[in-house]
Amino acid sequence: MKKLIAGAAIALASITTGALADGHANYPERPIMMMVSYGAGGATDFQARIVTMTAGNEDALGMPIAIINKPGAGGRVGWNWLAGQAEADGYTLGAYNIPHFIAQSIKGGVEYSRDSFEPIANWGADPAVLVVGADSEFNTLQDVVEFAKANPGKLTTSGAGLFVGHHIAALQMEKAGDLKMAYIPTKGGGAAAMKAVIAGDVMAGINNLSDAFRAREAGNVKILAVADLERNDFLPDVPTMREAGLDVDNSSVNFRGIMVPKGTPQGVIDKLAATVPAMFENKRVAGKMQAGGSPMHIMTRDEVLDMWAAREETLKELLAGL
Amino acid sequence: MEFLFYMGDVFTPINFGLLLLGTIGGLILGATPGLSPTMAVALLIPFTFQLDAAQGLILLGAAYTSTVAGGAVSAILLKIPGAPANIATTLDGHTMARKGEGAKALQISFLASAVGGVFGVLLLIFLTPVLAQWALAFGPSHLFWLAILGVTVIGSLDSKSVVKGLLSGCIGLWLATIGFDDIMGAQRFIFHPALGGGINIIAALIGLFAIPQVITMFAKGRHNDGAEVIEVQKHPIGGAIRELLRNKRAMGIGTASGSIIGLIPGVGGQIAGLVAYDQAKKFSPEREKFGTGHSEGVIAAESANNAMVGPSLVPLLTLSIPGSPTAAVLLGGLLIHGIFPGTDLFDNHPDVAWTFINSMLIGQVLMCLFGLYVAGLAAKVAQVPQSVMAAVVLGLAVFGSYSVQSSMGDVYVMAALGVMMYFLERFGFSAAPLVLGLILGPIAEANFIQGSMIANATDGMSAYFLGGGLNLFLIAVVIASIFYSAYMELRSRRYTSKEEIMA
Repeated sequence: MKKLIAGAAIALASITTGALADGHANYPERPIMMMVSYGAGGATDFQARIVTMTAGNEDALGMPIAIINKPGAGGRVGWNWLAGQAEADGYTLGAYNIPHFIAQSIKGGVEYSRDSFEPIANWGADPAVLVVGADSEFNTLQDVVEFAKANPGKLTTSGAGLFVGHHIAALQMEKAGDLKMAYIPTKGGGAAAMKAVIAGDVMAGINNLSDAFRAREAGNVKILAVADLERNDFLPDVPTMREAGLDVDNSSVNFRGIMVPKGTPQGVIDKLAATVPAMFENKRVAGKMQAGGSPMHIMTRDEVLDMWAAREETLKELLAGL
Repeated sequence: MEFLFYMGDVFTPINFGLLLLGTIGGLILGATPGLSPTMAVALLIPFTFQLDAAQGLILLGAAYTSTVAGGAVSAILLKIPGAPANIATTLDGHTMARKGEGAKALQISFLASAVGGVFGVLLLIFLTPVLAQWALAFGPSHLFWLAILGVTVIGSLDSKSVVKGLLSGCIGLWLATIGFDDIMGAQRFIFHPALGGGINIIAALIGLFAIPQVITMFAKGRHNDGAEVIEVQKHPIGGAIRELLRNKRAMGIGTASGSIIGLIPGVGGQIAGLVAYDQAKKFSPEREKFGTGHSEGVIAAESANNAMVGPSLVPLLTLSIPGSPTAAVLLGGLLIHGIFPGTDLFDNHPDVAWTFINSMLIGQVLMCLFGLYVAGLAAKVAQVPQSVMAAVVLGLAVFGSYSVQSSMGDVYVMAALGVMMYFLERFGFSAAPLVLGLILGPIAEANFIQGSMIANATDGMSAYFLGGGLNLFLIAVVIASIFYSAYMELRSRRYTSKEEIMA
């Protein structure tokens, strides 16, 4: 009898391990869910839907990816959920926004840190830009810096909330130029911050390159500088902050990509890391992203791991004084 | 007159088919609790990937217009407002349905929606450049005063007593502070992870309006076995049209306040219905009938929330700024086809822009026709026995609050607020002022803090908040509103006390 039970146990164990190993090889066997921690219609949600639309193709994952929105508290609600409650079985992915979630975890009050997630691949990079209204007296970054130096704390500058890319860019500008601005975080994201600039409620604003590009096309704003290391393809005529005289690097660039919660089987992570970057390179995806004015920047898992580590270091230093 | 030139495009077989699909689908989605217009439009976006730009927008535009009107169905029949826009509709609409006048309430609500909606879209067609400037004129200080103006109507909204109205408004204002504050970065009253994102307004609406009613229905069921069956009166459509014509004042007030408020980015849609309801009540000679199933209330609320649809797209279409969550979703629908709203849209893609706007115009009419057709059938819902009804409403409430952000936390919030409201209603408090507090709290707070940050960096607080024509005008309206409420309260007190003496 004992032998029988032992035998059954061994048989059962081998079946389950066999199934698990099989599970990784055949992954994915059912549709996958991807959590976006911002509302439907926002830039992150919009891009997430585009880059995952070819997931069901045979050369990609072979299974569709469904987007689930868990918005709230600047993304904290969704990322808390992904770190604490989501199942780490490979069927629950999440979209990340850098520097947002790393900056939030440094400031505390959330249940995640960089170590709670495993990156898969990066799809986009949306740099922060400095914008002023179309009829503003400022025409270059230098004009703005001079005004801010002459009038410390008087340069009202809008941006979407605290500890997001816009805020980081403002902090970096203050540090690099040794100046003091009045950063005005808005509720309602980048759109509200852009409205404040166009309506003249504030003197300047820091916003996403993609949104600023659209606003400039509509003739509402001037874009004075890009907070990135290189000029952007969408805006070849706009200088980087460094070119314009402020030593600001690309720490505020809003990187977007896919990650999974820690504890997801290594086999699944490897499979995803191998297929997802190729999925982003699909022509239809690139075409739709280009049409929507969303800059793409594809990075593999290893590159993202390095980028996360580097960001965490810069942000810790930058936010230490706050 | 450019829009007439593209009118024909709406009637090609595929476009018109999509328009019908969007309208009917929108009515169904709108009538489902928890599926707000924003959600409905977001759900449809993936379908537009395969269509060309104009077709995709026809589908989205039709769905937007008809979900707003469809929300009235659940508001009237089930007392579950589908979105903040339909709160005011429940006040008189559901009372009418309980009296067996559900068919009439639905008919006048669809007719009023269509009139308001057509007017709103016409404003969008003819006055867009002027309106765009107006939408930009509202800065943080003006939005703050506007929210305060909203707070002043809290007391007089659907309550027997001003004091109880104000108290329940305060509960709403407090509930609004829960969650993570984006501007100051503070965490407030988060004693459970479900509250991290604050109280979701849709979940709160469902809980506050539907749950007390469910509990009441269950409680009644224990007393008498025989289900209480309401006779649903048939109501001719001609009668509904005459009813509408008799109430031109409510119609006009609703349409005007809906169009004006809908224009203001970030505020519009949520409070248009409530403000219109309150204004119609103040100007009506039969103001004491409001809240007892008075058709003026339904007309004002529904014409306002559809009148807001057209103007709410002005900031998006001209300035490329989405002024409401739904507009943000529509922006996504445009971008996916490589079209940037703003001058690019009207100069380089006039066919897309005008076909979209025209389809909303035609969509309003189609929505009205379908609405009138189903009104008689839908009103039969009132004949369902209460015990069954209670179970159905409870099921829909749970489904609706879960589906908003696929979160069980919202269901707990819905249930907790609902049970609280049941007891508050027993003490004569009412849900509408509480919800108004919940909506206005964040608007007032965020704009005050933003305004004070700007003021401190520039001219100083008093100059910023009290200076300028628009600020002074809004302050004057706030003061007038307070005095009016106080005057009405005193007058009705004197009146009732006399009565008491006679008795």
